[in-house]
Amino acid sequence: MNMPLRQYQPTATMIKILKYSFYDLMRSRWSYVYFLFYLLLGFVLLFLNNELSKAVITLMNVIIVLVPLIGTIFGVMYYYNSKEFTELLLAQPIKRSSIFLGQYFGVAGSLTVSLVLGLGIPFTLYGLFQSNAIWDFSLLLITGAFLTLIFTAIAFNIALSNENKIKGFGYAVLAWLFLAVIYDGLFLMSLIVFEEYPLDNLSLIATMFNPIDLSRTLILLKLDISALLGYTGAIFKQFFGTNLGLFVSIFMLFLWTVIPVWRLSYVAKRKDF
Amino acid sequence: MIHVESLHKKFGKNVVLDGLELNIDQGGIFAILGPNGSGKTTLIKTVLGMVIPNKGAITVMDSPVRNKWKYRQDINYLPQIANFPGNLKVKELIAMIKDIRQKPSDEQKLIGLFGLEPFLDKKLSNLSGGTKQKVNIVLTFMFDSPLIILDEPTNGLDPLSLIRLKELISEEKAKGKTFLITSHIMQFVEEVSDHIVYLLEGEIYFKGSIAELKTKTGQSNFEHAIAAISTHSNHD
Repeated sequence: MNMPLRQYQPTATMIKILKYSFYDLMRSRWSYVYFLFYLLLGFVLLFLNNELSKAVITLMNVIIVLVPLIGTIFGVMYYYNSKEFTELLLAQPIKRSSIFLGQYFGVAGSLTVSLVLGLGIPFTLYGLFQSNAIWDFSLLLITGAFLTLIFTAIAFNIALSNENKIKGFGYAVLAWLFLAVIYDGLFLMSLIVFEEYPLDNLSLIATMFNPIDLSRTLILLKLDISALLGYTGAIFKQFFGTNLGLFVSIFMLFLWTVIPVWRLSYVAKRKDF
Repeated sequence: MIHVESLHKKFGKNVVLDGLELNIDQGGIFAILGPNGSGKTTLIKTVLGMVIPNKGAITVMDSPVRNKWKYRQDINYLPQIANFPGNLKVKELIAMIKDIRQKPSDEQKLIGLFGLEPFLDKKLSNLSGGTKQKVNIVLTFMFDSPLIILDEPTNGLDPLSLIRLKELISEEKAKGKTFLITSHIMQFVEEVSDHIVYLLEGEIYFKGSIAELKTKTGQSNFEHAIAAISTHSNHD
């Protein structure tokens, strides 16, 4: 077959754009602030707790709330700030989905690197690799990475659908607030209102539909402190504690990532710039 | 070169392009003019595939535009607002666009022409508006493409750079390239362009040479001819 000399490969172009967005962010002040924050947090927690596994629990509480918030804010800010740059790329011979996916993975990737390095360095220095906490810690980083991917994708979706920056920013923060705080409140209230009914399955399903709750449950059960959670904890342990539970939860986190990313590319293809 | 067939575009309820028909032949400079909101930028952006039309078809060099991207390899586009990722240095941006286009380029000559050497290692966020526009021009002209689209190319340029830009345009034109230019500076338009495409209410109201426009409106001054064509249409 006769192949042309210069072949344009959408994936290769996407990786180029990813690379440039990634470098661009890795050199911005905020990536360093984010990285240094985790570095400091890691050292302080280890200093105060003096024990790896306890530090991991405290860390979880911070990560579960903060990682989604940072992903949301960075995602929205990056999208709006790079609007003109995006227009420059749109006029180049590049597929649209390559532009947006490249930028998205650039942002989510640089945030993940800040998270993994910022926490990894202090914990490694503290002797993580000789400790039993390594699996708990790895799971923490994996869920942290998933939460970054998920919330950056949600933020990109919201920003793509809202020309007005203030509105987009507002909706994105609301989405985070809903999933991080309000959802739990509603969930708790429904448990109280319907306490006479069997709610085990409902709780399991409700947990699945919120990536933050899902991550929290996954880590708590891995840390084996579910005894603290009482009867519901036992039910959860039966499900999440097994390999099947772990597999299903990770699969759900994966779905939570894939669906917004797919919508991102779908909407981007049809939008006017 | 460009063939536009009954192009319709609405933004919400606002009809911007209303059955626009346009043929641009190869070679020469076409100035796209019209009052604010007449659809100049929308027309350019539909040709580039940045705005997706509701109805109608566009072909650029015999290749249909819709959902395609490879045809843009033959277009150089200068966007209206020159804003780039602030953390990149000028030379990194140039290298990046080269990397994306994968096409031979002669940026060195252009960097010299616009005196950008001292800025190559500066971050784009630290450049003035005019310098950014020069970088923008280098990025547009460094590739050898048959179609060049310039949206307000004179924005923020100092007189010397403006002269350089005009020289550059006539040089490229001599090589048989096709230009689409929008500008609000009528003096610039009169100096560089061969054909006028006048847009009004989403349709082509006038297409022809500057001389034809002057005869049609009975004005000897180009700026007045343009003004006359806008007011003339108001009386219709």
